[in-house]
Amino acid sequence: MNAPAVHSLAPQPCRIGRVLPESHDTFTLELHAGDGHNGVAFRPGQFNMLYVFGVGEVPISVSGDPARPDLLVHTTREVGAVTQAMRRLRKGNAIGVRGPFGRPWPIERATGRDVVLVAGGIGLAPLRPVLYEIKAHRKDFGTVTLLYGTRSPEDMLFRRELQRWSAADGIEVFVTVDRAIGAWPGHVGVVTALIPEASFDPLNAVALVCGPEVMMRFAADGLRQRGVRQDAIYVSMERNMRCAVGFCGHCQFGPSFVCKDGPVFAYEEVKRLLELREI
Amino acid sequence: MIDRTVLSPVHFGALLQALSDEGYQLVGPTVRDGAIVCAEITGIADLPAGWTDTQAPGAYRLQRRADSALFGYALGPQSWKQYLFVPHLRLWQAQRQGTGFSVDTATPPPPRLAFIGARACELHAITIQDRIFLRETFVDADYAARRADVFILAVNCAQAGGTCFCVSMGTGPRVSDGFDLVVTEILDHPHRLLIEVGSERGASILARVGGTPAAAEDTTAAERVINHTAHSMGRRLETADIQQLLYRNYEHPHWDEVATRCLSCANCTLVCPTCFCSTVTDVTDLGGDHAERWRHWDSCFTLDFSYIHGGSVRTTARSRYRQWLTHKLATWIDQYGTSGCVGCGRCITWCPVGIDLTAEVDALRVPVQRPREEEHHGDA
Amino acid sequence: METLERILSTHRFFQDLEPRYLALLVGCAANVRFNAGEFLFRTGEEANQFFLIREGKVALEISAPGRVPTIVQTVRENDILGWSWLIPPHHWQLDARAVEPTRALALDGKCMRTKCEADHDLGYELLKRFAHIIEERLLQARLQLLDVYGKPI
Repeated sequence: MNAPAVHSLAPQPCRIGRVLPESHDTFTLELHAGDGHNGVAFRPGQFNMLYVFGVGEVPISVSGDPARPDLLVHTTREVGAVTQAMRRLRKGNAIGVRGPFGRPWPIERATGRDVVLVAGGIGLAPLRPVLYEIKAHRKDFGTVTLLYGTRSPEDMLFRRELQRWSAADGIEVFVTVDRAIGAWPGHVGVVTALIPEASFDPLNAVALVCGPEVMMRFAADGLRQRGVRQDAIYVSMERNMRCAVGFCGHCQFGPSFVCKDGPVFAYEEVKRLLELREI
Repeated sequence: MIDRTVLSPVHFGALLQALSDEGYQLVGPTVRDGAIVCAEITGIADLPAGWTDTQAPGAYRLQRRADSALFGYALGPQSWKQYLFVPHLRLWQAQRQGTGFSVDTATPPPPRLAFIGARACELHAITIQDRIFLRETFVDADYAARRADVFILAVNCAQAGGTCFCVSMGTGPRVSDGFDLVVTEILDHPHRLLIEVGSERGASILARVGGTPAAAEDTTAAERVINHTAHSMGRRLETADIQQLLYRNYEHPHWDEVATRCLSCANCTLVCPTCFCSTVTDVTDLGGDHAERWRHWDSCFTLDFSYIHGGSVRTTARSRYRQWLTHKLATWIDQYGTSGCVGCGRCITWCPVGIDLTAEVDALRVPVQRPREEEHHGDA
Repeated sequence: METLERILSTHRFFQDLEPRYLALLVGCAANVRFNAGEFLFRTGEEANQFFLIREGKVALEISAPGRVPTIVQTVRENDILGWSWLIPPHHWQLDARAVEPTRALALDGKCMRTKCEADHDLGYELLKRFAHIIEERLLQARLQLLDVYGKPI
């Protein structure tokens, strides 16, 4: 265990490179980390606290390539005052960054094994760095599968990348939506219904699951029914965060602080808490 | 061989003066607004001499004593946490610069404080907060700076409060460590104070005042005071298997019962010496060019404490009371290795409806009644 | 016929079904194919079949005046489709449209209904299996109803 580090208080101003719309309520910020320093190295699954001057600060998962720490990418939904203010920022504006924080996805546990990523809605964003890392070391892993469920075809994120991964990078990509109209040629149904279609070996697979809590619960169940070992499933939790360093108490989830004991948790650790109400 | 010295009240006053002369701001008990509060004091004259408190669930009154005991009361509503984990703290300020901004984290040096009259349970609470703010993944720099230089003059309680239960929590009434000087007040004639030294710093302050070495009868009298307190506790918390008890009973019907009484007023978290939740607010001036971030005390009883996109996780008072109690007595142990409760009883005294957590825990130990089948009368 | 028997006996839906019942079902089965865009069945039609999809994708749709038809679920290879043949009044409640060229095994519902009435053990075995599918589809539909990815309330 590392020696305690002095509490990271102050946001570092970073310049915005691009603001990209992803869907009607989701957008991506690309930040240039630093004037002159090496960038902000992060591990997939970690998050930064992003500060809009005078408005406030919110936790947002890093959704970019860990091999490019100089280009910090964050994809988020517009859900409140801070993210709405963020949406109105433009190239060249500064945004404050604190981080990265949190326990990352245990990608090393998947070395030499099959990998299943189950993403629901915006949950694809914290999993995208995993895909970048796997692509960069493709031969270190067996079958790699992405199961992605979202509300409707219009809500799909990273459409072009999904096609690229599927075509060029030896990654099985299955997409489903909760509802569709007319000409949608793809799957309609819950993401768990995709599990039987994938070709991974359940006994030799590590599963990373990210999305709304209900979806993660049922996805973990579906994976277990398919034969994936319970101790090989990981989820990413979300709770109210203020300090991101384990002091303010807001992000407590049972005995854990989502900001420092998570956001990635072993499913086994949190299974019971996921079943309880208002925890 | 523990150094024990006896001081008269006058000499004790000189001891406080010596601390002042040494550059410490004295912080201690004083009577204000019908209560014994923790405040900055100038010397012995500010102490609540001849005052005591009567406490019960939801009730607190000051009363005059027949004698002039300096520490003849149990505990006031506040604890020392307000001086180490301060209620309002500016974390940083920022200034707009073109399309960017700069952040200034400079903070003034903290005051040098001497806590006068800290009780055993309170020292345990400070130790608990030390663990949270100094020895976890991150260090809280502000807490560390304020904590570094605090002088602690502790007091062994001469009476149990009406609501406290340190004996069952293993946190008192005897002060065991974490102090510079500890005092046991002896009220039989002559009125005197037995002092034990706990650190070199304490020894050097005491040396400036003098006093007489304690005789056997002084030591015996002091022991009598402490034993009397230990045997007059008004309640106890049954701590056997308490962590698993709470983990097993998330859906115990008793939580619904407490919810009919709990107002979610957050008093308990404000008076509790170990509660540490906070929030941050980002503010700007009218021009919008100067911004500051402040940290404020917060409480898990507020509705938006657990707010995430669109709603709070804990919307019911039931779930928030359960969260507080489960955290204090169960998950705290997983987080920090000890109970979060030191048995000071403040939450019981200062709850407007008198909720007593020792009674709530007892209620959770009652097994859940399974629904009884309806009785048959003749044909089904 | 031999090929059909192998297809049925290896499908998990028919697992542990007694060989004599399997033979009965084979008697009711036929290979069918649909082009992309063709309907397997439409709302209101008499439900006389159920399908074991062998290849392709079928969209279950509900249509309403003034709205583009909404796809509520897709089924694909190895999925079972249709239980209205078993439950009165035996009418389809959704449209089923082949999204891609689709091959399936169609089992004659009327034929099987008669056999189930004659042999209740067979009926019970089939009902157990369909109950499992209905439960699964109901749970999935409820999860879709929750709209977990939607705008927070």
